[in-house]
Amino acid sequence: MAIAPYRATRLQAVRSLGDRLDRAKLDLQEERQYHQGLLKLYPKNGTLEVIDEDVSTEVGEGLDEWAAGKILVKPPDQLELTEAELKEEFTRILTANNPHAPQNIVRYSFKERTYKPISYVDQMAIHFSLNGNMILKDSDEGRRQNARLSIEAEKPPVEDSMIISEETEIKDEESTEDIQAAGEEEAEEAGTAEVAEAAEAEEPPPLRPRERKLANQFNFIERASKTLNNPLRDRACQSEPTPCKNFSATANQWEIYDAYVEELQKMEKSKEKEKPRAHIAKKEEKRRGRKSTSLESQSDDITKVSKAAKIMERMVNQNTFDDIAQDFKYFEDASDEYRDQQGTLLPLWKFQYDKTKRLAVTAISWNPKYKDLFAVGYGSYDFMKQSRGMLLLYTMKNPSFPEYIFSSESGIMCLDIHNAHPHLVAVGFYDGNVAIYNLKKPSSQPSYKSSAKSGKHTDPVWQVKWQKDDMDNNLNFFSVSSDGRIVSWTLVKNELVHTDVIKLSVEGTTMQGPEGLQLQTLGCGTSFDFHKKIDYLFLVGTEEGKIYKCSKCYSSQFLDVFEAHHMAVDAVSWNPYHMKVFISCSSDWTVKIWDHTIKTPMFIYDLNSAVGDVAWSPYSSTVFAAVTTDGKAHVFDLSVNKYEAICTQVVVAKKKNKITHVQFNPVYPVVIIGDDRGHVTCLKLSPNLRRMPKEKKGQEVKKGPEVEIAKLDKLLNLVREPAGQAGK
Amino acid sequence: MAEAKAEVEETLKRIEAHKGVVGTIVVNAEGIPIRTTFDNSTTVQYAGLLQQLTMKARSTVRDIDPRNDLTFLRIRSKKHEIMVAPENEYLLIVIQKPCE
Repeated sequence: MAIAPYRATRLQAVRSLGDRLDRAKLDLQEERQYHQGLLKLYPKNGTLEVIDEDVSTEVGEGLDEWAAGKILVKPPDQLELTEAELKEEFTRILTANNPHAPQNIVRYSFKERTYKPISYVDQMAIHFSLNGNMILKDSDEGRRQNARLSIEAEKPPVEDSMIISEETEIKDEESTEDIQAAGEEEAEEAGTAEVAEAAEAEEPPPLRPRERKLANQFNFIERASKTLNNPLRDRACQSEPTPCKNFSATANQWEIYDAYVEELQKMEKSKEKEKPRAHIAKKEEKRRGRKSTSLESQSDDITKVSKAAKIMERMVNQNTFDDIAQDFKYFEDASDEYRDQQGTLLPLWKFQYDKTKRLAVTAISWNPKYKDLFAVGYGSYDFMKQSRGMLLLYTMKNPSFPEYIFSSESGIMCLDIHNAHPHLVAVGFYDGNVAIYNLKKPSSQPSYKSSAKSGKHTDPVWQVKWQKDDMDNNLNFFSVSSDGRIVSWTLVKNELVHTDVIKLSVEGTTMQGPEGLQLQTLGCGTSFDFHKKIDYLFLVGTEEGKIYKCSKCYSSQFLDVFEAHHMAVDAVSWNPYHMKVFISCSSDWTVKIWDHTIKTPMFIYDLNSAVGDVAWSPYSSTVFAAVTTDGKAHVFDLSVNKYEAICTQVVVAKKKNKITHVQFNPVYPVVIIGDDRGHVTCLKLSPNLRRMPKEKKGQEVKKGPEVEIAKLDKLLNLVREPAGQAGK
Repeated sequence: MAEAKAEVEETLKRIEAHKGVVGTIVVNAEGIPIRTTFDNSTTVQYAGLLQQLTMKARSTVRDIDPRNDLTFLRIRSKKHEIMVAPENEYLLIVIQKPCE
C-alpha cells in the first residue's frame, strides 16, 4: 500500500467519524450508503479510487484505524478529561434485564374489578433491524440479475466498473458489520440511538455515475499473445536416378604394392619434369619412341612373348633331353671304381647347326661369365676349300639351336671372349682380318673390323687374345698370324688401331735375293699364349715347330727359343697353376710339357696322330686333355700316370671326322670338343679323370693353388734330376 | 621389329618341330588366343582354363612377396606336360608329351 494516499484516508476517516458523531442517530445503513457515495464521489479520479481501495482494504483492520482516529483528532467539543478521570473506572454490570423495560405496568382485572400490576415484562430490546437486500444466487431474482449483468458486461468500460462496484459493495457489506459494531458503541456512548429514527434517516441513495475502475493502480495489463505456428508441410521431389555400375576388384597385397610402385614412379617423373628444359627435347623424342612402341603393342604382337619363347624352347629341350640333363647333373660312372686309374668320357649333348655342316670347328671358347655359354668359330683348315665362316654361341640349356648366330664371308680361324666384357668376342679371319663382335647388338655383322688400310694381317690369323685394358682404359687384344707379325689391336674411339709388337724373324735364314737384296724370311706364328702373371711374357708357336719366348717390350728379340716340334705348333698354353710350366702340341703327333727356364721338354707324349689342340684342366695342375685328328680325345693326369693317358676315347660319330679343338668348362666337369664337320660335342669327365688327392687318415685335404703347384713341382723334380744328370 | 617378329616365329616353329611337342598356343592379354596349332575348340579350352590358372598362380606368388613374380608354370600330367610362360600379360602355352 502506497504511503501517499494516507492523508486522504485519514481525512476520510475523520470525516466519516465526524459525521458519525454529528449524526449519532444515523442509521448504519445510511452510513454505508454514504460510504458508497463517498467512494463514488469523484469519478475518474485515480487518487480517490485509491481511497476507495484503502477503505475496502482497511476495512479488515477496522477497529485499530478507528481508535487511531479517535486519538489523533478530537472533535472541538470533546470534554477535556484529566488523567485521573480518564483512568476512573466505571463498573457496569451486564444483565439480561432490559433497563428500559417498565416495571410498573398495571392492568385492570375485570374479575377482581381492580388494577393489578403485571410482573411479567418483555425484556427484549431491538436496537436495529434491517431488511436484507441480498439475494441468493440460486433464487429466481438472483438468476435474473445475473442474466442482466451478463448482458451489461458486453458494454465493457462502464459495465466493468459496475461489476467492480458491485464487488466493492459486497466488500463494503462485510465492512459494515464492523462499522455496525462501532456504530453500536457510538450509539451507546451517545445513548440516544433510536431505531425509528434510523429508519427515518434512510434515504434513497443518490444516483452516482458509474465510474470506470481499473484493476490496479499501476495500470498494469497483462497481455499475452501467441504467434502463429507455421504449419508443417511435406514436399518431395524425385531426381533422375544416377546410372549404376557394378565394379568389383580384389585387393591383394601385390596389387596394393603395385599401386604404390606406380605412384612412386609418377612422383619421380614429376620431379624430372621440374628439371631444366634442356631435357624436354630428349623426352619428346622418347615419347615419340614410346608412342610408336605403344601403338605396336596394341596390336596382338607375338614379339611380346619373345623371352617366353626362348625360355620355352629351353624347357622343351630340357624335356626332350631330360636323360642327358640328368646325366650331366647327377651321373657318376660307377664302373670307375673297378677300373683303377682309367676313366671315361660320357657324351652328352651334340651341338650342330644346319649352316655349319660343311665347316670345321676352328675355335671354341667358354664364356667367362655365363658358364653354360660357349662360342664356336667355324671355318676351314683346308687351304684349297676356303669359304665362308660362322660364329655361333651355344648354351648347354639349348643344344638344338644356337643362341647367337653371326656369319662372315671369310672363315673364322680363332676367337676369344673378353673376360671383363663377356659380350665382346674377338675373332681372327682366314683373310687376315680381325674383328670384334658384340653380342648385345642384334646385327649379324661385327661391330669393329680391321681392313686392308688399317694393317690387317696378310695371312690367316691363327690366334687372338684379349689383353688387359691399356693405360687409357682402351680395350685391346693381340693377334698372331702366319705372316710373322704379332699385332696389338686397340679399340680407340670405335676404331681398331694396330701396333706391330714383334716380327718373327728366323735366325740364319736370310736369303740372298737375286740382286743382292737380303730377304728376311719371317717365322709363321700359329699360336701364342700370354703368361698369367708376368704381363709382358708370352710364347709364340710357329709353323716351323719352334716356340719363341717373347716379351712385349722387345720387338725384335726373343727371350728364348725352344726347338720344340718338327711340325707346326698347333697350341701352346701356360699351366693355370704353375707359373713356369707350359704345354705345347703339334701336328708331329706329340704333346710336350715344358719348364720355360729349361730348353728341353719335361714330358713328351706321342699320340700317334696329329694333335689339334691341348688344354689344361681348370681344376687340377696335372690334368690336361688333347685331341687328335683320328677322332680321339686323350686325358692325362700326370699325378696318376706320367706315361700314359688315363683316358683315350673315340668321341666322334664317324671315323673320318677329325677333332680340332677341346676346352674344359671352368666349373662343370665337362669338356667340349669340336670336329671338322661342324659338330661340337659335350662330354662329361668320369670321376677318375678328375680325381682329387685322396684323403689320408687324420689329415685334411689341402686345396688351393699352392697344393696344385707343389703337386706338379714334385713330378717335375723327378724329371729334372735325371735330365740334369744326363746333361752333366 | 619385323625381324624380332620373325625371330619369335622362328623360335616357335622350332619348338613345334621338337619331338614330343603336341602344340603351342599364344594367348594375348585379353585371354584371346592369337596363334595356335590346335583346332578351335581345344585352343579355346586350353586358353581359357590356363589363363585362369596362371593368374591364380601368379597372384599366389605375388601375394607371398609382391616383388616376386611368376615366370614359368609347368604342369606335369600323366599324358602331357603343359608348360606356361607368362610374359607381358601374354601367355605362351606349350603342350609336350614327355619322351619315353
